[in-house]
Amino acid sequence: MSFVYEKLMGGKKGLIGFIILAALILVIFPLFLDSFRLNLVGKYLTYAFAAVSLVLLWGYGGILSLGQGIFFGLGGYAMAMFLKLEASSPENTAIQSTPGIPDFMDWNQITELPWFWEPFTSFTFTVLAVLIIPAAFAYLIGAAMFKRRVGGVYFAIITQVIAVILTVLIVGQQGLTGGINGITDLRTLNGWDITSDSAKNIFYFVNCILLLAVILASRVILTSKFGRILLAVRDKEDRVRFSGYDVANFKIFVFCFAAMISAIGGAMFTLQVGFMSPSFVGIVPSIEMVIFAAVGGRMSLIGAVYGTLLINFGKTTFSESFPEMWLFLIGGLFIAVVMLFPNGLAGLWDDYGHHITHKLRFITKGVSKLIPQSMLRKVEDTRS
Amino acid sequence: MNMLTNTDFTLSIEDLTVSFDGFKAVDNLNFYLDKNELHVVIGPNGAGKTTVLDLICGKTKATSGSIKFLNHELTGLSEHAIVRAGVGRKFQTPSIYENLTVLENLEVSYPYGRGVFGSLMFKRNEKVLNKINEIAKEIMLDHALDTEAGLLSHGQKQWLEIGMLLIQDPQLLMLDEPVAGMSVKEREQTAELLNKISQGRSVLVIEHDMEFVARIAHKVTVLHQGKILATGDMETVQNDPKVIEVYLGH
Repeated sequence: MSFVYEKLMGGKKGLIGFIILAALILVIFPLFLDSFRLNLVGKYLTYAFAAVSLVLLWGYGGILSLGQGIFFGLGGYAMAMFLKLEASSPENTAIQSTPGIPDFMDWNQITELPWFWEPFTSFTFTVLAVLIIPAAFAYLIGAAMFKRRVGGVYFAIITQVIAVILTVLIVGQQGLTGGINGITDLRTLNGWDITSDSAKNIFYFVNCILLLAVILASRVILTSKFGRILLAVRDKEDRVRFSGYDVANFKIFVFCFAAMISAIGGAMFTLQVGFMSPSFVGIVPSIEMVIFAAVGGRMSLIGAVYGTLLINFGKTTFSESFPEMWLFLIGGLFIAVVMLFPNGLAGLWDDYGHHITHKLRFITKGVSKLIPQSMLRKVEDTRS
Repeated sequence: MNMLTNTDFTLSIEDLTVSFDGFKAVDNLNFYLDKNELHVVIGPNGAGKTTVLDLICGKTKATSGSIKFLNHELTGLSEHAIVRAGVGRKFQTPSIYENLTVLENLEVSYPYGRGVFGSLMFKRNEKVLNKINEIAKEIMLDHALDTEAGLLSHGQKQWLEIGMLLIQDPQLLMLDEPVAGMSVKEREQTAELLNKISQGRSVLVIEHDMEFVARIAHKVTVLHQGKILATGDMETVQNDPKVIEVYLGH
């Protein structure tokens, strides 16, 4: 008996949490939500990639990045560039003065496809770009910062500044990037209509499976010695350094991995929502991602997903009725969580969850006692 | 050319100077440490004791001079390279990972899987566990392997940090005030521990507690204003008029 208890509550606790999350997003949501709502949840779940990346980076590594939007955006833009090129075939753009290039380029008197757009005609290249470009960019930032031992608040500010610079760059270079409107009017993926309900449903499931895979991969990292070194660096960086580790390399690695995860989320966002714009790159989305992770519990990979869902459901509900209030509300919530529940939803569950499960068990026991045994047997008979 | 300056010493510091904005915290220091030697550095506050350890382990960069460890120059190496060469250092306040268990603390300090990918592939096999158990027994924490390190007593934390160094089997072990905040009994146990671990390696200790110093030191050096005032066994040093003046004079 104690063996089962130990396995369920202790060793298998993580597994149960994972199965519940998988059942919720793979079975319950698709069963009970219509196509529109499901697509909306799918969009939220793309943000969850960034929230999960912040659990690794901020929760375990102690590295607060206020610029995960950079990587979300890079992933999203890479995918959008591919889809835009496909949507800009010479037949589709015959009315332009230069057919065969994206419409916003034509509006900006650009007559030739810029060199860095060329490779995005290949889907293989695009998928690799989604994974590698953000990681490479994170490597550059990480090597420049961590090797010089820039950390803490300074690192947070610098990532935020880079997010602003990238936004300004995208908005300013309208002819190359689509500017403030972003890259819109995306239609097909290798000839397959991505705006149809069936395509959106498929993307939803692909997105869920990728998210669950990312959580498992992150778990593998966190349960290895690397994960313990990450925690050790967060708590006593000098001790790790004077134990023979090159601390900067560990920070760079986790920063690159987090960037890659966020970028997958960005690419899935573009596929499900059908456009990408600078409003998903800058300060506000980057800070929102931190809030998702904080509310979910910055030490919990699964909590980050719930935090993301909760905040976004709240946002959709409240911002419809009280558009001005929403920002204050989310700001207040963030402060409250940090001050009162530093471990977020996951922490609350760890502290009070056993009360709920205990009560549930009590109730089900009571109910089963109220029902006469003969009736239960009858139900079983009719079933078989 | 290099051969001429090679020595049998584990550590030889020559003409070492570090100045912070003109203030010489360590001034033209010459210091030698033999194998199997347990050497204690004492001195009044601000004498430069901790700075010397900082210079050896690479935390502070020397302005001039040379630090040779087993005839390898350490000045200019990065901190982790110095550790990997075989120099371990305990900090003044116990510096352990409070959120990890004793076992995990020792495991993180285990000298394999120190690269990013090495640490991802690292397996907690029998060899690792045997080594951890052996060290845990030595530092009297074998009963507390699964305890979160933050819950240990102050003295146990000091031992754990010593254990985290021992598991790396360093040739030179540097301990900054290892018995600070310890009870009388813990001091005795620590003295015993230090005598045991100084076999087969060199140990450099900074300590204030004279009774403790007398018990463990093979050799004592008195540092004052970044310079060596006296070196020798405990009795010689204690009877040195210059030392008496520094400690009692002003």
